[in-house]
Amino acid sequence: MFSISIMMFILIIITSVVMALASILSKKSLTDREKCSPFECGFDPKSSSRLPFSLRFFLITIIFLIFDVEIALILPMILIISISNIFMWTITSIVFIIILIIGLYHEWNQGMLNWSN
Amino acid sequence: MEFILSLVGSLILVICVLVSVAFLTLLERKVLGYIQIRKGPNKVGLMGIPQPFCDAIKLFTKEQTYPLLSNYISYYFSPIFSLFISLIAWLCIPLFIKLFSFNLGILFFLCCTSLGVYTVMIAGWSSNSNYALLGGLRAVAQTISYEVSMALILLSFVFLIGSYNILDFYYYQSYIWFLIFLFPISLVWFCICLAETNRTPFDFAEGESELVSGFNIEYSSGGFALIFMAEYASILFMSMLFSVIFLGCDLFSLMFYLKLTFISFVFIWVRGTLPRFRYDKLMYLAWKSFLPFSLNYLLFFIGFKLFIISYMWLINFSKVNSNFYFYLMFSKHMLIQAHWLVN
Repeated sequence: MFSISIMMFILIIITSVVMALASILSKKSLTDREKCSPFECGFDPKSSSRLPFSLRFFLITIIFLIFDVEIALILPMILIISISNIFMWTITSIVFIIILIIGLYHEWNQGMLNWSN
Repeated sequence: MEFILSLVGSLILVICVLVSVAFLTLLERKVLGYIQIRKGPNKVGLMGIPQPFCDAIKLFTKEQTYPLLSNYISYYFSPIFSLFISLIAWLCIPLFIKLFSFNLGILFFLCCTSLGVYTVMIAGWSSNSNYALLGGLRAVAQTISYEVSMALILLSFVFLIGSYNILDFYYYQSYIWFLIFLFPISLVWFCICLAETNRTPFDFAEGESELVSGFNIEYSSGGFALIFMAEYASILFMSMLFSVIFLGCDLFSLMFYLKLTFISFVFIWVRGTLPRFRYDKLMYLAWKSFLPFSLNYLLFFIGFKLFIISYMWLINFSKVNSNFYFYLMFSKHMLIQAHWLVN
């Protein structure tokens, strides 16, 4: 019953041991200032990499969130087909999917999916 | 006893996956070599066969860097979790005996692939380099976009076979492969697999001509090796899933593994053939082409499922009273409505 959890535990031990082994095997004592700085083609990094990122990526994530919630609502639909009234099931699922499709086309029409302005 | 056997079986599975990851890298180098009209690695040992193990030894004895500006804990642990998640996904391979048999294997797979995004994102963010951050952002947006249509396409198969058990693909494909009558959706699924595993036409996470190595630029030795192994394990898993869903799913025969190898060869072949896509085109492909496609296909599959259900109901009814069958064909609609009313 718990064998999957124990297997996950074993797997995470294996991967951590591999990583720790690499850290131990590759221990070098020579440290250098340039070696520890972020990679920037030989220069010191000019701009901070903790910059506020592009709004595009944020918008994509928002749309993804909406669609993922709707997928989570579709997920149990197939399991309840054997215990529900077929007529009601059909109406519910088809209306739901059609709302999804129309919502996607509406977003497309409003220019939400355009990557560059 | 069952418990120990399933543990040993899954341990053997994981070790075999790791060994096949090693040889997949060798296959990739060889195939890329022959595509570019040169020989691949052929010096080490017999015909270069021990090459991946030499690579592993070399990688693990390289120096591990300690980026000063990084968030070191998350920097250090994200490769571990990356390999962990892509190995965990392998546990839902639907072997018949001595492994875990998931009733909700497809859901388990969806959870594992969704978690895979976080490791790339954290690896890109926490190493605090501009290239790594850009690669991580791109990888997150790309994987997220393709995940929606991937889940929807999987859901349409779930509507077709009627359960989340991966083993059911075997029962439903005993007469015909799904590849035959779902050919367009299989092409879309293959593109989505390429995008989900960050492979070449869509390898914006590590486009080496723009971002030097993308999200894993600050990683060396062990961390890089773990990220690398995780990527190739997920490629193998995706090709396993392709041959499960479309190519028959006959898990006990040798042909299944040959098909798996062929699909992972196609992954490499695509890498040797196609140039990189453009990023906005990638997004348009995900949101304006694959997503409407998969939503409409989902609607179609709901209708198809209802067709099958009503057909089965008709057959059952005619078995009970076979003289009644032709009468039933004429007044089918009225009877179905009566059935609903009784329900």
